Amino acid sequence: MVICNACRYCEGFCSVFPAMELRRSFTSGDLSYLANLCHDCRGCYYACQYAPPHEFAMNVPQTLARLRKETYAEYVWPRQFAGAFERSGTFISFVTSLGIALVVLLVVGFHSPGVIFARHLEPRAFYAVIPEPLMVGVSATTLGFAVIALAMGFRNFWRDTGGGPVAQARSLTKAVSDVLTLRNLGGGGDGCNNRDEAFSQSRRYAHHAMFYGFLLCFASTCTAAFYEHVLGRVSPYPLLSLPVLLGTFGGVGMLVGTAGLIWVKVESDPAPAAKAMLKNDYALLTQLFLAAATGLLLLVLRDSSLMAILLAIHLGVILSFFLTLPYSKFVHGIYRSAALLRNAAERPAKES
Amino acid sequence: MNPRRAQSLRRLVMKRRLDMVNLHELYDVLVIGGGNAALCAALTARQAGASVLVLEHAPRDFRGGNSRHTRNLRAMHLQPTATLTESYSESDYWKDLLGVTGGKTDENLARITIRATSEILPWMEAQGARFQPSLSGTLNLSRTNAFFLGGGKALMNAYYLTAERLGIKVLYDTEVKSIRLVDATVQDVLATSEGSPVTVRAKAIVVASGGFQANIEWLREYWGDAADNFVIRGTPYAKGVLLRNLLDQGVASIGDPKQCHAVAIDARSPKFDGGIVTRLDCIPFSIVVDHEAKRFYDEGEDIWPKRYAIWGRLVAMRPKQIAYAVMDAKSEKLFMPSVYPSVRGDSVAELAGKLGLNAAALEKTVREYNAAVRPGTFNGGLLDDCRTEGIDPPKSHWARALEAAPFIGYPLRPGITFTYLGVKVDENARVLMSDGRPCTNLFAAGEIMAGNILGEGYMAGIGMAIGSVFGRIAGRETAKFARN
Repeated sequence: MVICNACRYCEGFCSVFPAMELRRSFTSGDLSYLANLCHDCRGCYYACQYAPPHEFAMNVPQTLARLRKETYAEYVWPRQFAGAFERSGTFISFVTSLGIALVVLLVVGFHSPGVIFARHLEPRAFYAVIPEPLMVGVSATTLGFAVIALAMGFRNFWRDTGGGPVAQARSLTKAVSDVLTLRNLGGGGDGCNNRDEAFSQSRRYAHHAMFYGFLLCFASTCTAAFYEHVLGRVSPYPLLSLPVLLGTFGGVGMLVGTAGLIWVKVESDPAPAAKAMLKNDYALLTQLFLAAATGLLLLVLRDSSLMAILLAIHLGVILSFFLTLPYSKFVHGIYRSAALLRNAAERPAKES
Repeated sequence: MNPRRAQSLRRLVMKRRLDMVNLHELYDVLVIGGGNAALCAALTARQAGASVLVLEHAPRDFRGGNSRHTRNLRAMHLQPTATLTESYSESDYWKDLLGVTGGKTDENLARITIRATSEILPWMEAQGARFQPSLSGTLNLSRTNAFFLGGGKALMNAYYLTAERLGIKVLYDTEVKSIRLVDATVQDVLATSEGSPVTVRAKAIVVASGGFQANIEWLREYWGDAADNFVIRGTPYAKGVLLRNLLDQGVASIGDPKQCHAVAIDARSPKFDGGIVTRLDCIPFSIVVDHEAKRFYDEGEDIWPKRYAIWGRLVAMRPKQIAYAVMDAKSEKLFMPSVYPSVRGDSVAELAGKLGLNAAALEKTVREYNAAVRPGTFNGGLLDDCRTEGIDPPKSHWARALEAAPFIGYPLRPGITFTYLGVKVDENARVLMSDGRPCTNLFAAGEIMAGNILGEGYMAGIGMAIGSVFGRIAGRETAKFARN
């Protein structure tokens, strides 16, 4: 950091460097803030005259990624789950398998094989497999807990990085736009460095596909609930209905996005990466990929005799996703947004 | 990267390189060097249709010569551009150059350079260069200098990527030892590529291999033992092997061998490649003393951008080539932080002890200086009226008594950026023999010929301007020569 502050060649890349320059010395909260502000585009690594094998061995993206992973454990709520980020692969795959196994076993246990492997063409077919109150109750509880845990994480981060009022309208708008466009990903506008000195937009596009796909899936679930409970329309909805269209596009987006991000990471230059963080990345990406894949498969085969078992698997993945939400790489979205919000507030007004 | 993977990757790269580069082929253009001037020449020649081979002494990780440490280029412009404010006319540029060189320049070559810089930025962008508004903490250069986004290494990365895309062959770890000149015509060049000797032939050659600043032995010829205490701010590969080789074969030299761009940098810097982070901008707000704790030059003579580049020589000429900037708590926040922590003491004596200076001597110097300070209104941004009276040397501006603890010090050494001794060229970048005859197929660009234009002094971004312009000229001329 001292080297960066004395050099400053990278200050045009992203928000991290100007934010660094506002500080002459760094508290641990400052470091948490900078680490989460970094989008890991690696532009500064390849541009750095002090990168290894130079004796100063500067590796800003790797240092910040390591720090970032530590902040996930530091701000987690409840604290007992700090270890989840240490062994993210094991943790996420364990919970995911457990989630799938649990739901499938329950379904199998409570229904006769005839019901499970029958074609369900009747209205509200999903609820014939899993009773509606149970489905809604469990998702509401797990998701509700996740939201509380994430909010506590946000609070811990915000306090540690300087506190203060959370939102003013101006900085909120700027931060939201930064989140939605990934403005800081690949400073200078040409994208990230993945394999080498060349720039590529593939990471941005993959993340967009995944992120917006995720939002569409969420919107799909919300509209379905709205149809069911407010409009009183009975599921399943036709292929060209809003919930199914949203879910289909969202699911495809997530599939493409997660697969793309995994591919980008696999073929990336390992030098500026932090191994510890990569494990977290792969764990969440795989989980999201599974969620999208099982969801789409369920849609395609919903009229077949495999529906019940696919529904169980899909809901098992979703259940585990909700359960691990505050303890997976998903939290980067919370801290990154918080860091962008803080950055928007401290950036001079004349800048865009 | 784990060592095994690194090794297999390296093997793959080597195999690919051997597949691609045929050293027995007769290339149209051979470029010796791998910095900005070399790449500008290579790209220009290639785009004019020539086949091009680049031989770079450094390994890939350290490619780019001194250019990897640079960050801007001084460009003439008549209207504001995306990254440059106001305008900077040919005559303003020329006046500035005349000012810093004290007239030691070739007006024709200088004006060619200046005019060409007005068209260079779009060309650079077409090769992948990216620019940004001027950096914070730089010396108010937004009018005159275009800054590379991410600095010089980012610029070099862009050039190398473009070179690769255009099919320019690049060999790293390849040092050219000699250029065989017969009758002012290059026959072939002898090189060592990854340890093995090779002979390379080409129709035309651009030598862009830098100055000789990293050759301490050579510096000793002019500076004596003092050279051992010089810190080389940039690439360790600029040993001047070809410069000497060419001068020995009757090529005309230009420039004073003792002249170089030298600034005062932190004495704790690495011997080579420390780059920008070792610089110290604290001198105008300090007093500077030598190893006997005595002041020796007016620290507040003029605004810092105009005095930045004289302090290297000043320190180089002191005994033991060491000096110390000393200030008090008032000045600490007035300059960019350097990479090394300041040395601090609660009293002048304590600071002297930590710096290795005689405490009584430093106390005496501070006492005399403090007594000479006249009251004034301090303003670090302009030539203020805070000055001394009745002391030699005076401090003409920003002179304030040293009284507020903690007292702060930085040790200073001369940091050499590049040397000015070079080969003489004509306006087509063609190397001239001492009898005035131009070489048929040998051209030069960059630091090895910058002395034609920059005989003395320095101004920010002029090195990159000369390198880019003469690199382009050399590329154009070699391609033309190779075609005929």
